[in-house]
Amino acid sequence: MIGLISYLTFFLTIALILAIAVLGLNLQWGFTGLFNGGIVAFFGAGAYGIVLLGGPERVDGLGGFGLPYPIALIGGVLSAGALALLVGLATTKLRHDYLAIATFGVAIALESVARNAEYFTGGAKGLSGFERPFESFIGNPFVYSLAFLFVVCLCVTAVYLFLETLVRSPFGRLLRAVRENERAATSLGKSPPTVRLISFVLGAMIMGLSGGLYATFYAFISPQDLAPVLTFQIWAMLIVGGSGNNKGAILGTLVVWGSWVGSGWLLAALAPQEWQLYAGSIQYILIGSIIVLTLLARPRGLLPEKLSQMHYTRQHVLAHTNAREAP
Amino acid sequence: MLQSLFDGILVGSILSLGAIGLTLIMHILRFANFSHAELISLGAYVTLTLDATISGMSDLLTEKLPQLSVSMSLILAMLLALLITGIFAALIDVLIFKRLRDNAGPLTMVFASFGIGLIVRNVIGLIYGLKSTHYNNDIAFAMMISADPLLLVKADQLFILALTLVVMVALHLLLTRTSIGYALLAVSENPELAQVNGINLAAMVRLAWMLGGALAAIAGVCYALNNQLSPVMGRDLVLSLFAAAIVGGIGSVYGAALGGLIVGLASSLALLYIPTGYKPAMPFVIILLALYIRPNGLFGEER
Repeated sequence: MIGLISYLTFFLTIALILAIAVLGLNLQWGFTGLFNGGIVAFFGAGAYGIVLLGGPERVDGLGGFGLPYPIALIGGVLSAGALALLVGLATTKLRHDYLAIATFGVAIALESVARNAEYFTGGAKGLSGFERPFESFIGNPFVYSLAFLFVVCLCVTAVYLFLETLVRSPFGRLLRAVRENERAATSLGKSPPTVRLISFVLGAMIMGLSGGLYATFYAFISPQDLAPVLTFQIWAMLIVGGSGNNKGAILGTLVVWGSWVGSGWLLAALAPQEWQLYAGSIQYILIGSIIVLTLLARPRGLLPEKLSQMHYTRQHVLAHTNAREAP
Repeated sequence: MLQSLFDGILVGSILSLGAIGLTLIMHILRFANFSHAELISLGAYVTLTLDATISGMSDLLTEKLPQLSVSMSLILAMLLALLITGIFAALIDVLIFKRLRDNAGPLTMVFASFGIGLIVRNVIGLIYGLKSTHYNNDIAFAMMISADPLLLVKADQLFILALTLVVMVALHLLLTRTSIGYALLAVSENPELAQVNGINLAAMVRLAWMLGGALAAIAGVCYALNNQLSPVMGRDLVLSLFAAAIVGGIGSVYGAALGGLIVGLASSLALLYIPTGYKPAMPFVIILLALYIRPNGLFGEER
């Protein structure tokens, strides 16, 4: 029983950490229509940022400043934001798919830096020895994992509430205006490139937070964690859940992460020995098919975006006109 | 230095072939097709299978051309593979991209192209295995034209350069001397205006896919001759292809050809100064520089 609960805790912790990245993507793609082809870069910037700032001192390289946890986490989030600024400044004024290409490129570039710049990143070995906050204070590993899950839940809730507030605010309407009709937004004196840049950097910082929590959970980060497939997984989660809907983003994360873990488990248990080598390929085909088939068959996802159309329905407009004409 | 220049031109000419199809589709259909590079892998692997089939038919065909590790059967296989890859590219468009184009925005097609790339790459891995292979075992001992330590040149590499040159000239003649080429150029300049002049847009889109697929297949065979076949060869090239298309200017066939050479040379020369491990990051640096300095590329128009 304890085994099942602790596995469930593990599963949920990872799923909810990923859900934060999916929420960040929802801000970029769902609400602003920005294509991020390198989520893993911003995730990785957050992860490496926090381990470098908050980790133990390193004998053979830079970093390991041992800063207090919250400051290290903020540092990780900011480094993801800085990376997004570098890419965003070059691309948000241009054709929309340039952002896709540049973000795809930044992920590859970051992975090669992580692999090679041993002085900064520890190279292929990665960075280990990170001390998780309060771990020695709580002691019992099972209680600690439950507490960690609770903190991750709090973070998901905070990001969710932040985004819900944001998209309901005038700025949220501005985001959708830019997404739906850039020319109209410009004609109202708004600057779509600036709006896009803000949304892109904010979304990337949320992905950085997700990466920071991920590195904290494993107390370790290496280039293995920056494999491009993470980007595809996070897209699949958003597309399946329904882009433009924050609840859908979280639901999609659970569904897709569940089928990813489940398919891996099934392949390991059922597939014959000689097929085990190809289990990864089969899972990649699964993720690719989920993306393509969802786009073809159910492009709005499980929980589609709810646009508040109340102001524009016929009865509502009539009611307004009548009310004005009544006296 | 000399070696880097030679390698750069060699890789660059292969990139040029791959980037031409990419830039055409990116301009006509207005989306960045991340699965384009998988056509390179597909062309290379289809050639591998056909080569094995054809060389089984007659011993005459398996004999290597003088000095080269290329046989007649490989050339025949490549020609067939061009057709197959071209048809495959057009088929993917009809089955997936066209439906998304009709119902959703161009960025949805970008999403789908990632998914398609993921599927094609891993299906190739499932069929052919994850290990890299060669067209034949002689490639490892290929004939050296120049064995000078300053400049190592294999006969196969000169074959690749000659082949890409012939393809480029043929493409140039197609685009400037035939009405179908004019129509394609017109569509890539301005799809709406081309339609006003009675050009069948759907047919031209199909042609662009087939042409892009065929060129990618040639690029794949050349790349496999120069390096090896591996299911991830397309993935390794995709960013360089985009860099070539952006440097040349989206939509410009000649720009993509020149952009390929520039990216190939720049990546090869940069390795004189930076460690090899950073090689995958080079195309990104080129893309970022191009976007900051000259976002419309060398031959691209303002948009």
